[in-house]
Amino acid sequence: MSFDLSIPGQLGMALLPEVVLTVGAMLLLLGAAWGKETPARARTIGTLGIALSVVTIAVVVWMWMSGAKATPGIIAVDSFRWGADLVILLATIIAIALGIDYARVEQLVSGETYVLVLLASAGMMLLTSARDLIIVFLGIELMSIAVYVLAGVNRRSAKAAEASLKYFLLGAFSTGFLLYGIALIYGATGSTDLATIGTKVTGATIATAPMLLVGTALLLVGFGFKVAAVPFHMWTPDVYEGAPTPITAYMAAAVKAAAFAALFRVWREAFPGALASWHLGLWWLAVLTMVVGNLVALVQKNIKRMLAYSSIAHAGYLLVAVVSNNQLGSAAFLFYVLAYTLATMGAFGVVIAVGEPGERHQQLSDFAGLWTVRPWLAAAMAVFMLALLGFPIAGGMGFFAKWYVLQAALDAAHPETALAVVLVLTSVLSAGYYLAVVMVMFMRPRSADAPPLRPVRAPTFLVVYASAIVLLFFGIFPAGFLGAARMSVPTMAAAPASSPPTAIARR
Amino acid sequence: MRDFLVSIHYGSWVLLALLGIPLVGALLLVLQSAVAKDGSSLEAAPSARWIALITFLVEFVVSLGLWWAFDPNTAAWQFRVTHWWIPGWGANFDVGVDGISLFMVLLTTFLMPLSVLGGWTSVREKVRSYYALLLILTTGMIGVFLALDLLFFYVMWEVMLIPMYFIIGIWGGERRIYASIKFFIYTFLGSLLMLVAIIYLWLHSVDTTTLRNTFGYDDIMRHAVVTSRAALWLFGAFFLAFAVKVPMFPFHTWLPDAHTEAPTAGSVILAGIMLKMGTYGFLRFALPLFPGAALTPWVRNTILTLAVIGIIYGALVAMVQPDFKKLVAYSSVSHLGFVVLGIFALTLQSVQGALMVMINHGISTGALFLLIGMIYERKHTRLIDAYGGIARVVPMFAVVLTLVSLSSIGLPGTNGFVGEFLVLIGSFKSHPWFTLVATTGVIVAACYLLWAIQRILFNKLDKPENAQLPDLNRRELAIVGVLTVAILWIGIYPAPVLRRMERSAANFVQVVTTNQATRISNVSMTGGQR
Repeated sequence: MSFDLSIPGQLGMALLPEVVLTVGAMLLLLGAAWGKETPARARTIGTLGIALSVVTIAVVVWMWMSGAKATPGIIAVDSFRWGADLVILLATIIAIALGIDYARVEQLVSGETYVLVLLASAGMMLLTSARDLIIVFLGIELMSIAVYVLAGVNRRSAKAAEASLKYFLLGAFSTGFLLYGIALIYGATGSTDLATIGTKVTGATIATAPMLLVGTALLLVGFGFKVAAVPFHMWTPDVYEGAPTPITAYMAAAVKAAAFAALFRVWREAFPGALASWHLGLWWLAVLTMVVGNLVALVQKNIKRMLAYSSIAHAGYLLVAVVSNNQLGSAAFLFYVLAYTLATMGAFGVVIAVGEPGERHQQLSDFAGLWTVRPWLAAAMAVFMLALLGFPIAGGMGFFAKWYVLQAALDAAHPETALAVVLVLTSVLSAGYYLAVVMVMFMRPRSADAPPLRPVRAPTFLVVYASAIVLLFFGIFPAGFLGAARMSVPTMAAAPASSPPTAIARR
Repeated sequence: MRDFLVSIHYGSWVLLALLGIPLVGALLLVLQSAVAKDGSSLEAAPSARWIALITFLVEFVVSLGLWWAFDPNTAAWQFRVTHWWIPGWGANFDVGVDGISLFMVLLTTFLMPLSVLGGWTSVREKVRSYYALLLILTTGMIGVFLALDLLFFYVMWEVMLIPMYFIIGIWGGERRIYASIKFFIYTFLGSLLMLVAIIYLWLHSVDTTTLRNTFGYDDIMRHAVVTSRAALWLFGAFFLAFAVKVPMFPFHTWLPDAHTEAPTAGSVILAGIMLKMGTYGFLRFALPLFPGAALTPWVRNTILTLAVIGIIYGALVAMVQPDFKKLVAYSSVSHLGFVVLGIFALTLQSVQGALMVMINHGISTGALFLLIGMIYERKHTRLIDAYGGIARVVPMFAVVLTLVSLSSIGLPGTNGFVGEFLVLIGSFKSHPWFTLVATTGVIVAACYLLWAIQRILFNKLDKPENAQLPDLNRRELAIVGVLTVAILWIGIYPAPVLRRMERSAANFVQVVTTNQATRISNVSMTGGQR
């Protein structure tokens, strides 16, 4: 298949997965609004939402396998997009599954939650396909507005309301930065199309023009908010802690993945010519994010907050792949995001399984002696923690994810050895808090007044153990997956000036 | 014997079996605990320790064939098995044995059943998990010694950490959590920098015929092209990872905590096997890969100085320890200093000696930790002062402890003598001053151990409660009996051992010293390319 994106009908076909997801979500919304809201009805909506995601996955896989291509235009039709879409849809399924369980524990009745998740995912998928800054903006807004609401979907919780408002205010603020940045870049280059910008930003005059510099800086600030990079991360811990746990998991995995996918594409396509001017800024952004995220995570006592800071740290690792700005970096990105999604969402699944109604029992100490009462749950959590730590075999894919990023950094045109060293040193720091969870679960006795654990229900059960098994399996036999990730690089309209030809030719 | 082994194609499956057998045992235990509803205390699961013991015995018997099947007349890899793992990256599952790793593997399979027997009755909680972890740990350790692919090596190197972390942290002494985290973080820090170095090395070693990057040990030796400055940094990263593991002064502070807090089997494995991975890493990777960097005079002298400081410092600190287990732990720092001295002195004798010390330290220190475990089970204290004059109460224990201590000191006729003597005469040829200082370490070793056993065994029996201690039982006699045989055998007739390691040791010395010259010229020719 080859799409001519200048023809509206073909553009629509190229957006088929997004269309399927959006239309399906609308129908589900009608179903949710119709008639009386009962828990059973909400659950049905959730189940149908999962089914819809599966259908969308099938469409994405079909389009990927059929080798769809497109003429240069406002959206990309390439394997990078499909790969990122699959990760996002996987996160969607996990979030809805956890949400069904969570609603039962917290006695929430709202079918719209699942519809909102689906709509946010549609926005994310638009974002991963965007090859035009206006589409980037549309995708980010569609995603963000749905997530603002999702953060506050538990109306009984004051914390959730606070989280939602905080996220909304800061998110709106960051969108302003993003939009202003887009405007300035348009002013400097006369285009919002990434490929056109890429060809313009090669000459010395435009690449160093103040307007473009300020524009890219503002764009970076906007993205920095969305991916929670230090120093634009202040909202993250509060929002992650306050939001309902499945939504936190969704934010930590899918929102971050989508924003990073867009960041990758924009930087790979539009600004390689201006590498000299943004390199230092992005470099420091990565270093700060890794160091601060890991340091602050060390002192957290609440698991959700700890995972929030851990997600900041991982944003830092991913920024290393962005800074490397090579093909390997984008392949590394997809593999990393998949491993990270499974590990983080699995960990949040365990948090839900251990938690008590009212979002209680989320302190580190509440996990004490988990091994003695729920050995397999504790073992799965240990796998997730070790995967986030990037440990081989026991941490499964996490190791190869980190490996891939390191490889991208060392194989860059100018090897980012210093960044690689910062990455591993901060990883050692992260052992402090990931292992603290393992230590508490396995080496501390269960406190005497700890309430008996609820039985783990099917959705959470499936999410937790399936994630752990997938992580472990591809941690031992990564060959097939690495191959798929390597293919998933963005197609480039303009050959970037900075890509190191030797490094690619060798493999 | 050889004919029989050939007839069953021993060489083609032995290494796979050695890696697989422990995993099978671990799987059995996991399955058992998945079906069982009765918890896993020792009373509820008495079969767990039998499964572990039998698995380890099978493993040992299988590994014994290596002794006969091994061809001592070549330094090439033997029993090699290669299978692709991640073809896109040029990573293979690639294992093989030479005269250096042969004895490390045998040492591992020899000590594991003994350490299970040593903790036969002392581990009472969650026994299934405990033995499953021991079994997984064994696969990891053997994998480290067999790996001929840098990625596979790294993965195995890290994998060992987790079981050991749990063994110390769950079944250890009072300060177990602190000790286990310290152990983990120290090792992890060193190995992650090695990871960066491995990736860098991999990116710079391209097979000239296939134009692919490769992790294969031999390929990297042949094709790696790095500048001498980069080689220095790479060596530094490898060195740090191994130096933490050895542990060399000043990276040793995790060791006394980990060894002291670990349960008996954990201490035996840590001291007997895991410390050797550091020195094995020097022999296999750090020196042959970066001879130019390692033999740069200031680098070499710094390392030799650290080794000698370790010898003296470890011995002196051991002398003042009130806790017998900690004393033995610090004595390890001292003994491993001899190994590093022998390796970096780089004469055939000193390298052979270093290998001998690695084996002997595994046997003697393993035996000491087992003996401490036995007496601890009786009295529940490790303080030297709590005993005193118990030689008459527990005569068998006294005899064995004395013999093992003497072997650890290096008395002629015991195994300890062979290794340290070879290291000293070998090193004296190339580095007389370092050797002279190191020799005093042997004297201090006599002081701290003899003084300790005097206080434990031969002083006056001044604590009436000690008069009732039971002597060794049959299980314990079996353990110490086997160890005694090993100590005396290597002490009296080390020739078969030396013969098997000679070719590989000579090859090591030759590779390092000749490549040192060629590598530097290599670097000056190709240095400008990257």
